[in-house]
Amino acid sequence: MATLKELSHKKELLSGGHRACAGCTEPIAVRQILMATDTPVVVCCPTGCLEVTTTIFPYTAWRIPWIHSAFENAAATISGVEVGYKALKKRGKIPDREIKFIGIGGDGGTYDIGFQALSGAMERGHNMVYICLDNEAYMNTGIQRSSATPKGAHTTTSPAGKVMPGKRDFRKDLTACIAAHNVPYVAQAIPSMWKDLINKVQKALAVDGPAFINVLVPCRLGWGFPPEKAIEIGREAVSSCFWPLYEMENGKWSLTYKPKEKTPLKDWLKQQVRFKHLFKPGNEAIIEELQADVDRNWERLQKLCELQ
Amino acid sequence: MRVAKTGNEAMAEAMRQINPDVVAAYPITPATEIVQIFSSFVADGLVNTEFIAAESEHSAMSACIGSCAAGARTMTSTSSQGLALMWEMLYIASGLRMPIVLAEVNRALSSPINIHCDHSDTMGARDSGWIQIYCENAQEAYDSLIQAVRIAEEALLPIMVSTDGFIISHGMESMEVLEDAQVKDFIGEYKPEHSLLDIDHPITIGAIDFTDYYFEHKRQTIEAMRNAKGIVAKIGQEFGEKFGRSYGFFEEYRLEDAEIAIVVLGSTAGTAKVVVDELRETGLKPGKGIKAGLLRLRLFRPFPYQELAQALSRIPRIAVMDRSDSLNSAGGPVFTEIRSALYDLDTRPKIVNYIYGLGGRNIDLAQIRSVYEDLATNKTDELVRYLGVRE
Repeated sequence: MATLKELSHKKELLSGGHRACAGCTEPIAVRQILMATDTPVVVCCPTGCLEVTTTIFPYTAWRIPWIHSAFENAAATISGVEVGYKALKKRGKIPDREIKFIGIGGDGGTYDIGFQALSGAMERGHNMVYICLDNEAYMNTGIQRSSATPKGAHTTTSPAGKVMPGKRDFRKDLTACIAAHNVPYVAQAIPSMWKDLINKVQKALAVDGPAFINVLVPCRLGWGFPPEKAIEIGREAVSSCFWPLYEMENGKWSLTYKPKEKTPLKDWLKQQVRFKHLFKPGNEAIIEELQADVDRNWERLQKLCELQ
Repeated sequence: MRVAKTGNEAMAEAMRQINPDVVAAYPITPATEIVQIFSSFVADGLVNTEFIAAESEHSAMSACIGSCAAGARTMTSTSSQGLALMWEMLYIASGLRMPIVLAEVNRALSSPINIHCDHSDTMGARDSGWIQIYCENAQEAYDSLIQAVRIAEEALLPIMVSTDGFIISHGMESMEVLEDAQVKDFIGEYKPEHSLLDIDHPITIGAIDFTDYYFEHKRQTIEAMRNAKGIVAKIGQEFGEKFGRSYGFFEEYRLEDAEIAIVVLGSTAGTAKVVVDELRETGLKPGKGIKAGLLRLRLFRPFPYQELAQALSRIPRIAVMDRSDSLNSAGGPVFTEIRSALYDLDTRPKIVNYIYGLGGRNIDLAQIRSVYEDLATNKTDELVRYLGVRE
């Protein structure tokens, strides 16, 4: 893998001047993803923050071919681009050069409304990488709950009210769902750990067949933290084991980062406005429940990795 | 070469000869066979198309958009609920100016669920920016699908060619097929102006337009649909010059001196022509013949309103037969548009609407004859009537 210095000399494929919020980790993640590529890439985004902030006509922040068609179908759309490439290459209608295909969607377009299209594309074995930029709610429409929203989090459709303490349900383990499709490569990553993320994108691009990476992208607006804390808060999501970094390569599970000391979840929760109400008297049990859930998942993941 | 084929077999055969770069589809009755037959062509190496068996029609159309954006000649097929599930993507295909070709088989929309023919599915998509051609028989479906490839690519708009479910799709007919080389030569190579795969000239497709650009982009699509009319005419004529079967916007059957006429789409026209001949010869009661005529509309989008107005201007009484209802309490979609097309005539014909055949309800000679009888005896007081339904 390239060194930071080498990477800094690579051409930026996502330009500055886009309209993402200050402190947004999505463009940071996208820049890291595109830095991981050595061959030309075509990117497809569903409707969402990334799409609306980077392609306000007549401007575009993308220095590579890019397509958006709708909200629930990025995986289907990019699968069509990939097959179009295969067909035209086979018939000698385009130059014989390698092109990679990447879908990049939010948790709304991936966990929820785009879940079927993603499942279909993964099953059909397209040579594509799908990356979910999971900021744990529908941020583009104004912070509504998704199936990636953690239990207890306040969103505008799971508000912390007088009788309801935020979201009632635990989040869906999408990474495991996609791993169950028996695709060659699945991983979890975070832009706070750039080396790990770039490494995973390179592995995903190298496999023959579909690959999936779930990337946690802290959202300063939806989570409620100062913009300058975005990278730091991501690191703590990893050190608390709320967002473990791991990969599944051809059925083999492994942790790519093991925190030296597992930090308490509540320290991480406390820094975010979306969990503020959990620290009011009477809500202690929810924090305990969340910690127990993280512990259980961490144990399970470690066992899965040890089994290899 | 003369062969016996069902409408679905004819459409699949056209697709084999077109040999598109990519087909992405999902099966649905009564269009399943088209995809099924085409899959066997792929499996047997009779085409070298890349076939995507999508997990839904929504994804099938999304994949078509992706493939078309990559610069590949792309086709699909569907019917009814499948077209309804594609609905969101139909608008996006036309807005992004993707020349996708869709082999459609008309089937009633739920609910109640029904698998038989009516036009509610494609009529529901009439404002989606797709060119629409309705066919009378398997021959026309075959010929039109071949023409559709050129029409779409020249107009830069998607196109659907439809047949009546089961009536045409599963009915066996004697028809002419062209040689593979003739089709290949007629459709030519697809050379898109822009492609996502042109790595050295990266483009952004599907950007967000706010109040400052959306209208201009829509206006361009509207203009493209206006231009499509000339393209449909040109290619229909060229097809005729080459292969002896010309196609226009509509077919006029004994209309030149007609005093009463029916306007209809699809397979019902065949039945109506028999009634026209009978009436011309023997009249309502054995004796004096009546000057009955027929206009079979083939191109519904773009809507050839000037040509229709001209063709119908001299006919005092007209009945439009719709195989779907707009549920607007004022008649079917073909009726309301034809009625509007006639508004500027100096002398407007009396025009009424008959809704018929919903959910595949059979339409026979006697029913069509009763429509002509109403026109002949001036029973035109009711704006909309329902034919062959128990009230």
